[in-house]
Amino acid sequence: MTDKNGFFDLSKTGLTRRTALKGLAAGAGLAVAPGFVRYSQAQSSAPIKIGFQCHRTGIGAAYGRWYERTTAAAVKAINEAGGINGRPVEVIIEDDGTDPGRGAEVVGKFATQHKTDIVYGTLFSHVVIGSAPAAGEAKMPYFVVSEGHHVASTKLNRYVFQPGITDVKSQIQAMAPWIAANAGKKVTQIFPDFAFGYDHRDYLPPALKAQGAEVIAQIAIPPTESSFTKYFPQIPAETEVIYHVMVGPAVLTFVKELGEFYGSNRPQLFGFIDSLEATDINSPGLEFLDGSHFWEGSPRYAQPDDSAAQKAYRAAVGIDDNGAAVGDPKDVSTAAHMFGCWETLYVVKKAMEDAGYKGPEDRAKLVEATEALTEFAEGPEHPQGPKTFNGKIHQCFGIQNISKVEGGRLNVVHKTKIEDGLYEPEGDYTTQPL
Amino acid sequence: MHFGPHLLLAALEGLVTSAVLALTALGLSLVFGVMRVVNVAHGELFMLGAVLAWAISTAISGHPALGFLAALVLAPLIVGLIALVAERLVLRRLNYNPEATIVATIGMLYIIQQLALTFYGPEARPVEAPFSYRILLPWFGYSGYKLSIIAASALLLVATWFVLTRTKIGLVMRATQYDSETAQAFGIPVDRVYAGVFALGAMLAAVAAVLIVPISQAHYLMGQDPLLLSFIVVIIGGLGSLRGTVVAAVLIGLSDGIISVFFSPTLAKIIATLLVAMVLVFRPQGLFGTASR
Repeated sequence: MTDKNGFFDLSKTGLTRRTALKGLAAGAGLAVAPGFVRYSQAQSSAPIKIGFQCHRTGIGAAYGRWYERTTAAAVKAINEAGGINGRPVEVIIEDDGTDPGRGAEVVGKFATQHKTDIVYGTLFSHVVIGSAPAAGEAKMPYFVVSEGHHVASTKLNRYVFQPGITDVKSQIQAMAPWIAANAGKKVTQIFPDFAFGYDHRDYLPPALKAQGAEVIAQIAIPPTESSFTKYFPQIPAETEVIYHVMVGPAVLTFVKELGEFYGSNRPQLFGFIDSLEATDINSPGLEFLDGSHFWEGSPRYAQPDDSAAQKAYRAAVGIDDNGAAVGDPKDVSTAAHMFGCWETLYVVKKAMEDAGYKGPEDRAKLVEATEALTEFAEGPEHPQGPKTFNGKIHQCFGIQNISKVEGGRLNVVHKTKIEDGLYEPEGDYTTQPL
Repeated sequence: MHFGPHLLLAALEGLVTSAVLALTALGLSLVFGVMRVVNVAHGELFMLGAVLAWAISTAISGHPALGFLAALVLAPLIVGLIALVAERLVLRRLNYNPEATIVATIGMLYIIQQLALTFYGPEARPVEAPFSYRILLPWFGYSGYKLSIIAASALLLVATWFVLTRTKIGLVMRATQYDSETAQAFGIPVDRVYAGVFALGAMLAAVAAVLIVPISQAHYLMGQDPLLLSFIVVIIGGLGSLRGTVVAAVLIGLSDGIISVFFSPTLAKIIATLLVAMVLVFRPQGLFGTASR
């Protein structure tokens, strides 16, 4: 074989000083370009990167602000105790605008640009549902703190988990006996007209029916609605209980207008605190709520029987006995939901340690290790209470609080048991390929 | 609930919507009528009014009525001033060219919205109503403050009508609207009239927002709906026609109230939009507009 064209003869290919320099420059450029990560020593000391899909703006902004504070507090505590597998945890925040389309983009950005180990922290159910396919496609473990039933319905994919907060179907099932026995038998539901509201629409009627009560009317309200009085005439006169769960910037208006409409002569009210999260229950116009009941995931107001873990958690996150930011009584927290951020991060820590997680190549191992979890004991890592976890449906189950508005604060009057909220799994994520 | 009281509630809700809508749309209509500028940022000026109302009312302690009254006076003035600056810096430099100003006001929309997000934040914040009297009807209770919005709006509309038809300022405005070149030839300072009209339009939106904010809270995205509804009202009523704007606002507000109480709010929006399409097809100048010259 002869080298006729001189391909192998360096003197004939004309490698000038200039082209050599160009090549060198290009190589150097690649090496310093963002995204070109040198992982040679990363696994030993580089931080574990958690992509936080945060509702900084849009209709979920109040929740986003408190999810961010809770996350910062939990990560601080984890890092002070030595991090995860000896590595520090770093949180990278991207705002999803509480928008499903933007949510999917954010997941993609975490996967390809930030190259985070997991994505975490989403609340609003339409954003979770919009982002889940992107997470599945990128094979990115996606830990949500959403409360919706979509994860447990097994309609999403194997990479989506909800290990820090009980889903709505379970919450409703656990509380239905109390509602039927203490509030009334004829229930009218008012709920937001999107995924989260549909969980309430679909699961309350069967849960109440099992207790001998019934839903006599269901009123769906668009989540961007700003005025509500026009919906109230649809509430039947024989209603004994109004079951309300509203979200978005107009929640205060909703409750105020309900008060103006009924005054003191109202049916019983049972609400999800979502209708008033981040809102002071002593705001003018809300006096009529006195004596009504709310679901709370974790109590907003400090309770006399709070555990030491609960007290430590409240101090770490920075909320006072009234559930407002320490030093700013007007900055009311989303206490009923945000504990889920704290607990989810500790579940991630546990699963990463079980999996011997080293980096993105171990994501499948992390998924399997999370699925293998079964129980979370009450304590500093799970201050809201004990939980069980079903790895087949990627959902945890905990206790629920029913609180009564008395003397301008919320007092817990009933706690459900974990067993009250268990239901037959609707599917099995573990049969899906990784 | 029986049909009578049900209809009464629907009508009340509709009238409150109409009252706020009439003021907001009138601002948009004036700006278009006199300046031929389609102000896409109008909804954001509305939002700015609400946000300023929150800022002013929280800055003033004491009885909530004090803060609210201060907001009612100051917020529109500040918004008017901002509009004046925008008019000088942007619209005037574009020679009020209709196409260019649409693009420019879209830009203003985003700038104002994002500035509000940056400095005011993404939360919805309440402004306390100046009084919280609840009118007790035999069938349901109704907010006394909501009724006062209708009265306040009617007063402001009458005042605007008076200014436009009975004062020299109004005469100058109408002359500019009729034919700006001839008006200029007769010594009317057209560019100052333009600046004044743009500020006035913004102030009307701001005052509407201050009135509505005690019942709907200030939020940085709240300008979108009023903008859309104002366009609907202005198209149906006829661009530049005060009477048409008010009639269309009452029509849209009442139908919105009644249809959304008896059927669904989505249907109300569908019908309003359909009405716009019909008006555009069969009477492009609007119900009360005059054919373009």
